[in-house]
Amino acid sequence: MTCLVVFFLFLWWAEGNLDPYMRRILNLIAINVIWAVTFNLIYGYTGQFSLGHAGFIAIGAYSAALLTMPLAQKVQNFFLVPLISPLNAIELPFLPSLVIAAVMAGLVGVLVGIPSLQLRGDYMALVTLGFAEVIRVIGMNLQSVTNGSLGLKGIPGYTNLLWSWGCAAVTIFIVWTLGSSSYGRAFKAIREDEVAAETTGVSLFYHKLMAFTVAALLTGLGGALLANLISTIDPNLFTFMLSYQVVTVTVLGGVGSLTGSVVASAIYVSLFELLRPIDQPIVIGSLTIPGRPGMRMVMFSVVFLLVILFYRRGLMGSTEFSWQWLASKLRFGRSIGRQET
Amino acid sequence: MSLDMFLQHLANGISLGALYALIAMGYTMVYGILRLINFAHGDLFMISAYMAFYGVALFTLPWYVSFALAIVLAAVLGMMVERVAYRPLRDAPRISALISAIGVSLLLENVAIVVFGGRPKAFPRPSLFAYEWKFGEIRVLSLTLFIILISVGILLAVFYLVYRTKTGRAMRAVSRDFGIASLMGININQVVSLTFAIGSALAAAGAIMWGMKFPQLLPLMGVVPGLKCFIAAVVGGIGSIPGAMLGGFLLGVGEIMIVAFFPTLAGYKYAFAYLALILILLVKPRGLLGHVAEEKA
Repeated sequence: MTCLVVFFLFLWWAEGNLDPYMRRILNLIAINVIWAVTFNLIYGYTGQFSLGHAGFIAIGAYSAALLTMPLAQKVQNFFLVPLISPLNAIELPFLPSLVIAAVMAGLVGVLVGIPSLQLRGDYMALVTLGFAEVIRVIGMNLQSVTNGSLGLKGIPGYTNLLWSWGCAAVTIFIVWTLGSSSYGRAFKAIREDEVAAETTGVSLFYHKLMAFTVAALLTGLGGALLANLISTIDPNLFTFMLSYQVVTVTVLGGVGSLTGSVVASAIYVSLFELLRPIDQPIVIGSLTIPGRPGMRMVMFSVVFLLVILFYRRGLMGSTEFSWQWLASKLRFGRSIGRQET
Repeated sequence: MSLDMFLQHLANGISLGALYALIAMGYTMVYGILRLINFAHGDLFMISAYMAFYGVALFTLPWYVSFALAIVLAAVLGMMVERVAYRPLRDAPRISALISAIGVSLLLENVAIVVFGGRPKAFPRPSLFAYEWKFGEIRVLSLTLFIILISVGILLAVFYLVYRTKTGRAMRAVSRDFGIASLMGININQVVSLTFAIGSALAAAGAIMWGMKFPQLLPLMGVVPGLKCFIAAVVGGIGSIPGAMLGGFLLGVGEIMIVAFFPTLAGYKYAFAYLALILILLVKPRGLLGHVAEEKA
């Protein structure tokens, strides 16, 4: 608990003092944490492989963007085709927009989930991917609502460190509580063996849909935070590459481990920035390693493949961080080792 | 719409459908054997197109040599991918192999961006394929007819291989039941490698003809066709080769016809394939021609 308080005090300080680059990175980490944790809810806890995250992110982002954008900006953006009413007359503060954006994503989650969750494995991955792409294509074509490929500019930058990490904390709390409750036991039962779970009375569809909807809702929340962070969105931001990114982060951290998701998000976003020098030539002494733009993505793919091939458990497997573990490593290591044998 | 226009659209649709059918066959063969959605198939498609391009542009080989070489190299690349990324995960849960496929796809795309550069390149179109024939109002590129002929030829060849040869029988056996097939003395690794080789060769053939039809080469050009062709394979019945053909043609013709009849929906062209997929998976999940496999709990 004290840890959390200290963390938030740090964030409050950081908001005022760190440079915009670091703040951007920390915000992005928080948003990726939200996405990775929700993906863990669907895949790590309930065992359903959904590649539709980008769609929910898009819904959340666009909802928040359309709700928070100042009216004058709306007129400026929608110069080809005017925005439909009542959207062109509403401008809401941040918290209501976040809530509404999340609810919209949740609703779409129900719509997508009802057909998709009836399928298994590969088929579900494909259908959810399809839905995410359909959402993107609709977004690209509904000029009067989303401004089509022109995208939306000038979204107010309401997201700051406290908001993003606050939402991340709320997300982790919700998923963790859900996972530790009887619902969570049902999810994990479904993950392990659907037939057995059904015979013990777990309603498969209801629980899968619950996990899916909650995840969609929170993913949309992350998307809304993203929109108000980067202040410009367009449909091409939300391709399946984004879904792949979420999967990558979750797998790297360990499917089923929320701590792993947090750590992996931090590593992923930081590495993304830290590896930028690879894109430029590096000079070590008299040796010049030529840099090519795009090399860091290659490195990422290689690392990802290595992890999935050789270290499938990811960073933390499916275990969580706990104070006992830390204590045992630091102080009582020797005696615990003896007790185990 | 006049009859001429309709026939023109039909010709385009069948030509596109033939391309989709070729690539969908590659997907379906791999899925039938390994139950793996090879997300990297579209990127193999892209790499073959680039290899054919470089054969002509950089090494100045005659086009027929370059194209043949690209197909062979693609087959080799496919086998390598299987060896490195899928074989170690054969005993792992299927999702791991799926994630690995995503990883390979990302790797191939990013390597292509780094090595080939992001700027579009112009695929060569030999004069043999560039004649334009006019039937009244319709203009048909000789390429369109060649695509249909070549694709049908390749499809027949694959049919012959799978249904009339001993190797084909081995492939069908492995796709029915992995374990029993190996007990019957079939060398699983060989069969899987061969399947990947054939699938990749099909993708390469498709890529070369695609490149001649839509001459712009981009590193991410394989993504959308790859996805669409997988959808075609699923619609036709994944694991079934005639299904892949049917699905490919349906999707190709459908895509062109929808835009022909409803021009205002042109922006939703891409969504059509996904909607078809969603519909099929809800109504008839095994696909139009798929067999019902037993549920493995």
